Amino acid sequence: MLSKASYTQLGSKLDVVVSVVLSVLSFLCAALLCLILWFLISESWTLIASGQWQRFFLDEGWYPLEGLYAMTPMIVASLALTLGAVLIALPIGLACAIYLEFYARGLPKKAFRSLLNLLAGIPSVVFGLWGLTELVPLIAAIKAPGTSVLAGAIVLSLMILPTVALTSAAALSGVNRNTLAGAHALGFTQKTMIIAVAIPSARSGIISGVLLSTARAIGETMVVLMVAGNVVQMPDSLFAPVRALTSNIALEMAYALGDHRASLYASGLLLTLIVWLLAYLASYLNEKSRVFARV
Amino acid sequence: MTVAEVIDSVIDNDVAISPTSLHMDIRDLSIYYGEKLAVGGISLPLRRGKITALIGPSGCGKTSFLTTLNQLSSLNSDVRVDGDIFFDGENLVKDSIDFLTLRRRIGMIFQKPNPFPLSIFRNLDLPLKEHGVKSRALRQEKIEKALQDVGLWEEVKTRLNTPALALSGGQQQRLCIARALILEPEILLMDEPCSALDPISSGVVEDLIMRLREDYTVVIVTHNLAQAKRISDFTAFFWTENNAGKMIEFGDSQCLFQSPKNALTSAYISGTKG
Amino acid sequence: MSDRIFSFSIYCISLIVVAAFVWIISDVVLKGYSLVSWDFIVSEPEDAGRGGGIAPILVSTLWVLLIALVIALPLGIATAIWLAEFSRSNTGAVHIGTALDVLAGVPSIVYGLFGNAFFCIYLGLGYSILSGGLTLACMILPVFIRTCESGIRAVNSDWRLGGIALGMRRSVVVWKILLPAAKPAIIAGLVLSIGRATAETAALIFTSGYVDRMPESMFDSARVLAVHIYDLTMNVTGGDQAAYGSALILIVLIIVLNALAQSLLDSWFRRSEYS
Repeated sequence: MLSKASYTQLGSKLDVVVSVVLSVLSFLCAALLCLILWFLISESWTLIASGQWQRFFLDEGWYPLEGLYAMTPMIVASLALTLGAVLIALPIGLACAIYLEFYARGLPKKAFRSLLNLLAGIPSVVFGLWGLTELVPLIAAIKAPGTSVLAGAIVLSLMILPTVALTSAAALSGVNRNTLAGAHALGFTQKTMIIAVAIPSARSGIISGVLLSTARAIGETMVVLMVAGNVVQMPDSLFAPVRALTSNIALEMAYALGDHRASLYASGLLLTLIVWLLAYLASYLNEKSRVFARV
Repeated sequence: MTVAEVIDSVIDNDVAISPTSLHMDIRDLSIYYGEKLAVGGISLPLRRGKITALIGPSGCGKTSFLTTLNQLSSLNSDVRVDGDIFFDGENLVKDSIDFLTLRRRIGMIFQKPNPFPLSIFRNLDLPLKEHGVKSRALRQEKIEKALQDVGLWEEVKTRLNTPALALSGGQQQRLCIARALILEPEILLMDEPCSALDPISSGVVEDLIMRLREDYTVVIVTHNLAQAKRISDFTAFFWTENNAGKMIEFGDSQCLFQSPKNALTSAYISGTKG
Repeated sequence: MSDRIFSFSIYCISLIVVAAFVWIISDVVLKGYSLVSWDFIVSEPEDAGRGGGIAPILVSTLWVLLIALVIALPLGIATAIWLAEFSRSNTGAVHIGTALDVLAGVPSIVYGLFGNAFFCIYLGLGYSILSGGLTLACMILPVFIRTCESGIRAVNSDWRLGGIALGMRRSVVVWKILLPAAKPAIIAGLVLSIGRATAETAALIFTSGYVDRMPESMFDSARVLAVHIYDLTMNVTGGDQAAYGSALILIVLIIVLNALAQSLLDSWFRRSEYS
């Protein structure tokens, strides 16, 4: 009976042919993942296999032409830029979400939502251009050279702001109406209701959006390449110019050979793993928040 | 079991049937969802050109039963069917049959009208093309006839190219019936075809179903007892026992509604149970 | 903090976001506007891009995009259909879905690394329009597939069942009924993909390259608009003006392409509805 059931699904020769062709194409798409992983690993294999990967952390600096491959300053720079961007984008994005869900009505609400969508659609290279010509001079006026962790974090935060705001708004709108009505009935003010009831209830949805934004920020190349300064060094202040992992790849791929090239692919692999970890955490939290919403 | 034996055993039932009047014969049919029995041991003869109504409370497996008759149930790989369904010399459960042809011969009308989100014309044209009617002129002729059969032609002939979803609920349901009729089926399965309609549209569709008698064998699931009594020739009463549906009583509609043999049937149709 | 101050800060912050947006957009429009003219669009760049126009760069951008879409669209819709309609959510399909989600998160610079190693070197295509287009196709596939898939899944299942109950072949039901009904999701996926592909820079620097001459074939190296903006800003002193002009063109190009994609798909679906 079961075998017949699957035959039913594909009632004709055409259906069988279509199904087979489509499944082959689908597996091809998924095979792409294996291919990408394969090339990242095989290109960086010479360094990973010989146990030399420790040098990414132990070498005395990043002097690829002399065979020194310490990535630590760039890893720290990437993390600092991302952390800064998230720290700026989270409160602002949350405020935007609160505005969208609890304050705005009608046309302003629609307009603000489309503004966030438009902001999300601005090419990153345009963000970089704007950051370099408008924002960096302002920061340079405080402390030279202007291209810095701060500049990178601000422009990155603008880039991820729409994601933070829109996912948080979605999470807030998912908060049970009755819960909110109950809070109102208890005589809570709007502020107390939002801070003490709505946001905690929407917590995992908000965090999941933040994790997705973090993943996006850490993988972003153009903005940090254009406004963060590109000096390989441990950031010692907000105004220090730094080079992120992504910018490093963009800057050196053109002439990298041998072990140098392998080290760039290794940093690509590292970036990918970090992003996957964040995406996994986000989807785990999202799943969890959905389970809660059902209960 | 030979066809003759089948017919013999059917004659044992309280309503005698001649071989030519037996259109589809369901013998001891059980439906399982996974391991769980959903409907058990249904035996039911469908008479040619008659309307058979399936009544009973919600969840007693009437719709599950209906969808095994055109093997729509086999879309769900969890569903397992035991027993026999004899139709035109074939056993739908045990023989390997061509489902596309089967479903052309056994049409189905759903509870919620489901015209495709296409134009009225395309709704009827698509199934015809799919079943190999190549001549456009012939298709147009068939479409006009089907729309006339369901009394929709006058209402829509000037706007065949407008979206079917713009029609009213009743018109949509008649379009769905036309879409089934256009394939010249022998049996029509109807799953509460009037329950999503307003009373007036419901009346129109009901009249249409009455007109289909003689030309088609109709099986109709309905929650409306008055409707079952008005339009059906035979009625089967389903009930839930131990979480599984079963058939309590089957017989001539007039007899069943006036003097039910089973106490449960009596309680259900008088409204004291169900 | 009183309720009033809280509300006030919410409004203020939202206003700041609006202001930042207006700042960026007006900056690009005001600084780019004076440069943009028909001449700018149809002439070759001069003096490393400081002067002249962007004709070869526009052409390259469109070529790279065209290749990416020609590869990704059919492949993406095919996979989406299989996942939503034919796979019966078997284990293979679940794994493919996970793989796609994972691919969607890969940073674009990593796609660039992959494209360089695979298309440019392993397949021997070198820095070329073809390498760039194929890399972009890989990049936009996952999101496009997932958007289309969820769109097809969301189509009213009464239509699916109705078609099957009429004895129609599964593939015909999908092609003639479900796919047109999933149009909004497919358009959304396409708009998203076009936006991402046209704006992409990092994945293209090492796949389609830097050369700003008019490309003569798909195997020529070529510079896309986004790379051009990057190059003018970072590597060409005094290139800011031209960079703003190009940025304005880039934004307008994305808007125009989206409108175009929408109307093309619309008319394609309308034809299938009434013919």
